[in-house]
Amino acid sequence: MINSQETNTDTISDEKITSEVLIDIKNLKKSFGRLEVLKDISLKLHNGENLVVLGKSGSGKSVLIKCIVRLLNPDGGTINLLGKEVNSIKGKELSKIREKIGFLFQSGALYDSMTVKQNLEFPLVRIKKDLKEAEIDHKIKEVLENVGLADVLEKMPSQLSGGMRKRISLARSIILDPVIMLYDEPTTGLDPVTSDEISELINSVQEKYKTSSIIITHDIACVRLTADRIIMLHEGHVYAEGTLEEFEASDDPLIMSFFK
Amino acid sequence: MKKLKILNLKKAHSLATERSIKLSEDTLDQKERANGFFQEVGDMALFIKQIVKETFSRNFEFKEFLRQCYEIGNKSLPLIIITGTIMGLVLTIQSRPAMAKFGAVTMLPGMVAVSLIREIGPIITALICAGKIGSGMGAELGSMKVTEQIDAMEVSATNPIRYLVVTRVLAATLMLPILVLFADAFGFIGSWIGVNIKGDVSLVLYIFQAFGSITFLDFFPAVIKTFLFGAVIGIVGCYKGFTAGRGTESVGKAANAAVVLSSLLIIIVDMIAVQITDMLS
Ligand SMILES: Nc1ncnc2c1ncn2[C@@H]1O[C@H](COP(=O)(O)OP(=O)(O)O)[C@@H](O)[C@H]1O
Ligand SMILES: [Mg+2]
Repeated sequence: MINSQETNTDTISDEKITSEVLIDIKNLKKSFGRLEVLKDISLKLHNGENLVVLGKSGSGKSVLIKCIVRLLNPDGGTINLLGKEVNSIKGKELSKIREKIGFLFQSGALYDSMTVKQNLEFPLVRIKKDLKEAEIDHKIKEVLENVGLADVLEKMPSQLSGGMRKRISLARSIILDPVIMLYDEPTTGLDPVTSDEISELINSVQEKYKTSSIIITHDIACVRLTADRIIMLHEGHVYAEGTLEEFEASDDPLIMSFFK
Repeated sequence: MKKLKILNLKKAHSLATERSIKLSEDTLDQKERANGFFQEVGDMALFIKQIVKETFSRNFEFKEFLRQCYEIGNKSLPLIIITGTIMGLVLTIQSRPAMAKFGAVTMLPGMVAVSLIREIGPIITALICAGKIGSGMGAELGSMKVTEQIDAMEVSATNPIRYLVVTRVLAATLMLPILVLFADAFGFIGSWIGVNIKGDVSLVLYIFQAFGSITFLDFFPAVIKTFLFGAVIGIVGCYKGFTAGRGTESVGKAANAAVVLSSLLIIIVDMIAVQITDMLS
């Protein structure tokens, strides 16, 4: 199966991402009490690719991407994110790097007490404090168009359907023009038609915003639509790595159980 | 015969091991429970430390703070007014026979005023707010935690402790004394109604009688106490919400635990405050 070449990531400047490897995880470990969730995970995300991380429920997929943005502190290993060692930065520097990451949470994570407009504004007014009203409105209109929604600005999240909530969450996570997108089970809990729409949306975001993505899923339809490369997690280790064709041709029972 | 003895011995032995295994399991359980308790105390201390640190940081979330103040006042004011009035009324009616026995009915307004200001107003308001505001905070923050809204906030360069917790704790601390003033005021009105059921006292005379017997030492410690009650409600509600587990059922648990623990702590704080006031006066 595929092996990536080693690239030096130390030379990235803040403005321009020129390097090939955007995320480089080595020997990542994470436990909760006695439960060892991630035992030894190494992976790389290359510039411009959609990397799908496959694994059954509870295999630690969400834990893995939460470690990447330091929502969880790993117990061991290193995570190099856009040339910075995530575990050794904090405060402003951490915020700075998180701005470049769009995170689509599994549950959408829209703020219940805020309207759609306030939800979309939140990252903008929090991070770019000197933006003018008109610029904010323009930006909101742009991302809403990009996720195919209109006329929802004054609605509350609870008034929206599951698919619409996913779209708004996606809009909120791309509003800062991220370099990397992390999708946590973007299609889970949606009907097949809406799921495919979201998968297509992931592809179109990829194209428009020139992002590289890690897509966590166990939905094979989504994998088929979005994956450039696949990594499969099993019992805290990387079990397999390759392209969609390689996975579909595999006769490994564990892999086949996903692709049947 | 001999065989039987051995058997018995064996039996006793296995019984003993069984019991000691069970015993050691029990101690382990207990130890874990004790550890859990100390862990919780430690966690809460760390939480408070974080709150204090973020309270004095530069970027205070003033807008969110005002919103919380409004929410707290708006949510509980009607309830406080109704309860305050009824408490004043009931207290007056209940105390009248005892006061009449000593021929001291004219002292009734004064006595009711003192008990309202010193104890009934603050404690009733605090317990109602523990139920209303504390559970609301536990549930709201708990569901924000479960649905990853707190995580989302953190990746949007927003410190959730500063944005969600500090604003709520300060709002509760500030609003509770104000709510207590309302409870006291409406308690007086209720008491005036109570006095008038069996007598005829004008409101002016009533207020004269009531306020005549209130001293600074009745009022001041009660106000200090209510600030503490507000802080307790805010801190416990936020702590329980913030440390909610990972399933949806933990939201209900967080709300429930917030009410139980804050009510208990309010009573304890009240007891300590009364002791201190008593020693000082
Ligand atoms: N914050 C946490 N505290 C305790 N256990 C956790 C936490 N986050 C995840 N876990 C546990 O780690 C395991 C992997 O979780 P997760 O990464 O959410 O799985 P999934 O692959 O379905 O996303 C689960 O058993 C979960 O219970
Ligand atoms: Mg998950």
